[in-house]
Amino acid sequence: MNDLKIDQELDCRGLGCPLPILKTKKAVMAMESGQILKMTCTDSGSQKDMPSWSSRTGHPILKTEEEGSDFIYYVQVK
Amino acid sequence: MAEPKKMALIASKGTLDWAYPPFILASAAAAMDMEVKIFFTFYGLPLLLPKIEAQVSPLGNPAMPMSMPFGPEWLQNMNLKIPNALMAGAPGFESMATTLMKKQFKNKGVATIEELRDLCMDVGVEMIACQMTMDVFGFEKKDFIEGIEYAGAANFLDFAADADIQLFI
Repeated sequence: MNDLKIDQELDCRGLGCPLPILKTKKAVMAMESGQILKMTCTDSGSQKDMPSWSSRTGHPILKTEEEGSDFIYYVQVK
Repeated sequence: MAEPKKMALIASKGTLDWAYPPFILASAAAAMDMEVKIFFTFYGLPLLLPKIEAQVSPLGNPAMPMSMPFGPEWLQNMNLKIPNALMAGAPGFESMATTLMKKQFKNKGVATIEELRDLCMDVGVEMIACQMTMDVFGFEKKDFIEGIEYAGAANFLDFAADADIQLFI
């Protein structure tokens, strides 16, 4: 399923907790409902943090990928 | 829409290591749509000064890992076991440990305290300076950053009574 239309990309590689979720939150706030954000980070804690953030805020994660040391999340703005 | 979750924090410590948890938790909670207030009291109060001079002391803190933030990887990963009593006698040890910790954090992509505090402000975290501590230590409102509030214990408790999370840090 590589047919996701990405509206914005956010590079959080190299950033430690809690910066990836903060930057994701800020990015999502500036986007419109239904749009898709691709967030890439290297914080392995994000594997637990992003689903927690998603369930609290209600912005669903449509897909998760791992590429080398990168963790990639496709977040849809609610 | 459901009422947002609330978190009430007390930041009572002003060393570099203890300055992190309130700002990390507050910013993360706000990013998760929670309403957050941090009450800065006693040694936590200087965390509201424009420039945060927080230091970390290995003295009396034997659990603190000490390692070099530069050099070959084997050296960086080695925990230097320096007896507490030796540190106590070494002048400048605290500023060295502080420099090393800041470097270590920077290497690992951790924000500085000031950056985290700015992010907290951006995402709507409310910060309250303890008026009584200000009076005791001789701080004035003009000493602190803008955008904060000034109050006492009752004001914090009023918020904390309805908060879902309350932490004393």
